[in-house]
Amino acid sequence: MSVIAYIESNDNKIKKSSLEAAYYASETAKIMETEAIAVALGTHDASELANLGQLGITKVLHDSNPKFDTFDSGAITKAIASIASNSDVVVISYNQNGKAIAPRVSVRMKAGLIPGASALPSLEGGFNVSKNVFSGKAIAHYQVNTAKKIIALTPNTLQLIKGEGTATIESVSSGVSDADFTTVIKGIEKTSGTVSLTEAELVVSAGRGLKGPENWGMIEELAKDMGAATACSRAVSDVHWRPHHEHVGQTGFTVRPNLYIAVGISGAIQHLAGVNGSKKIVVINTDSEAPFFKAADYGVVGDAFVVVPKLIEAYKKFKANSY
Amino acid sequence: MKILVPISKVPDTTSKIAFTDGNTKFATDNVTFILNPTDEWYALVRALEIVEKDGGTVTVIHQGEADSEQFIRKALAVGAHDAVRIDAPATDGYNVALNIYEYAKDKGFDLIITGKETIDYNGFQIGGMIAELMNVPFVTLASSLEISGGKATVGRDIEGGKEIVEVPTPCVISAQKGMAEQRIPNMKGIMSARTKPLVVVPAVAESFTNVKVYDMPAPKTACKMIDPENMDELVNLLHVEAKVI
Ligand SMILES: Cc1cc2nc3c(=O)[nH]c(=O)nc-3n(C[C@H](O)[C@H](O)[C@H](O)COP(=O)(O)OP(=O)(O)OC[C@H]3O[C@@H](n4cnc5c(N)ncnc54)[C@H](O)[C@@H]3O)c2cc1C
Repeated sequence: MSVIAYIESNDNKIKKSSLEAAYYASETAKIMETEAIAVALGTHDASELANLGQLGITKVLHDSNPKFDTFDSGAITKAIASIASNSDVVVISYNQNGKAIAPRVSVRMKAGLIPGASALPSLEGGFNVSKNVFSGKAIAHYQVNTAKKIIALTPNTLQLIKGEGTATIESVSSGVSDADFTTVIKGIEKTSGTVSLTEAELVVSAGRGLKGPENWGMIEELAKDMGAATACSRAVSDVHWRPHHEHVGQTGFTVRPNLYIAVGISGAIQHLAGVNGSKKIVVINTDSEAPFFKAADYGVVGDAFVVVPKLIEAYKKFKANSY
Repeated sequence: MKILVPISKVPDTTSKIAFTDGNTKFATDNVTFILNPTDEWYALVRALEIVEKDGGTVTVIHQGEADSEQFIRKALAVGAHDAVRIDAPATDGYNVALNIYEYAKDKGFDLIITGKETIDYNGFQIGGMIAELMNVPFVTLASSLEISGGKATVGRDIEGGKEIVEVPTPCVISAQKGMAEQRIPNMKGIMSARTKPLVVVPAVAESFTNVKVYDMPAPKTACKMIDPENMDELVNLLHVEAKVI
């Protein structure tokens, strides 16, 4: 009996989405009155792994085979399924990599998958986990009917609460052979050191209201000051004012930051589908009738070219005074 | 080159979402269904582009009852060569993946391309499950795909950028924006779709999960309007009230 969290690192730092998976696993272990264990594959920093103890992880099972540093969904699935073979629940963040791994692990372990959990499980009359469906317009309460369960956790669902503790690290071999790795990396294009959109806690997004790509300077400045990621509407990425990887909405990325600031975006239902999981939404728009205001927490009716520079100034002032 | 494209039918985004039978069933009355956009625009069109260049066939496969056939015909009108309907309502993601696998396992497909997710249950799961059942590579969230010499070269989104990876075929790819552009069927396509082969196969019932009950998210509180001259107030509210900065 145990609950497993699958852990990924980026540049020797555990990804925030994996910390969430660890915390979710230890909270689930409390509910199930069992132990929470982490599984880490490839290169990781030992003290980072040990610090998972602060999130309630007792032990980390680490297979340090560097082959795992090349992302290969088949090999990682085989390794997780082998290491977790005696566990009841496996928690994997439903980040980009998790979307490739969790469905495979589900099949391999014959364990029902919650593809995007939005809350902790409840054990009332079965094993139940809720998930947002219809692009956030409804919540489905799933029951998992298999002995083992895979929970793919939607990033930024839980507020992490850290305590004291150090996890012990145990070296393991996951029994994966070189032939299990079939993916070759041909190249990586990093998007200019900015904050990654799907993991960001703050997002500054802009739409056609900005009139042209040359006007994005103030959006980037605000984002940089706040440590936010930048995003855009489809109307904007379609005409190549902004790169495709910034497009959020039904046909683009789904984000659920703590704060989403929408500048000059009308708030079409297809756009909202990708952002309405955000905890707080600020809308800046010249048109007081823009549909986005219905989904917003704070609204500013005004010209972006006037309001955004004022907001940058106000934020700078706030930052300077917040020590 | 033989390519299989699983297609799903989903409620149009503008549909009102409601439930019946004590919130246990999705209310389909007054809902307009469409082909799932990422299946139709990205997976299907890229599959067609590949066989137009290198030769081959594109088969679409759908699990659903007879009333789904208009959506299958639409995919045939866009250009798929033939179609398969698995004759049962879908029960969960594993059930659909298993049924597609049962059909595809001995048909020699070089490539299976799915859309990244369906816009109803937002699962992102069918492609990965099929790949594991088939024991083949899977690349998810792909925005580009080239096939040559038994290898697929795929651009995939990762946090903070893009990675170009190569995997051997057969493989499963999940497609998203960037992969291709939507194609509107022309009259010739619509006419020929009527006579293209559509076979119906039985389904297996096995599934892992079920939805017990649905509910609606808590309604949003009214939007607080801020004076555009007073951005200090907005920053202050975000800090003190919303606690997000
Ligand atoms: C099947 C389908 C899928 C789609 N998927 C997506 C998706 O994933 N993501 C997405 O974003 N869209 C999607 N769309 C498109 C969507 O319907 C909208 O067309 C799009 O979101 C509009 O982008 P926008 O808000 O930037 O532009 P517009 O609708 O043109 O809105 C511009 C806004 O800027 C405001 N404005 C103008 N000038 C200023 C100024 N100086 N200061 C402040 N505000 C100003 C205007 O009042 C207006 O509200 C999809 C559409 C379809 C049919």
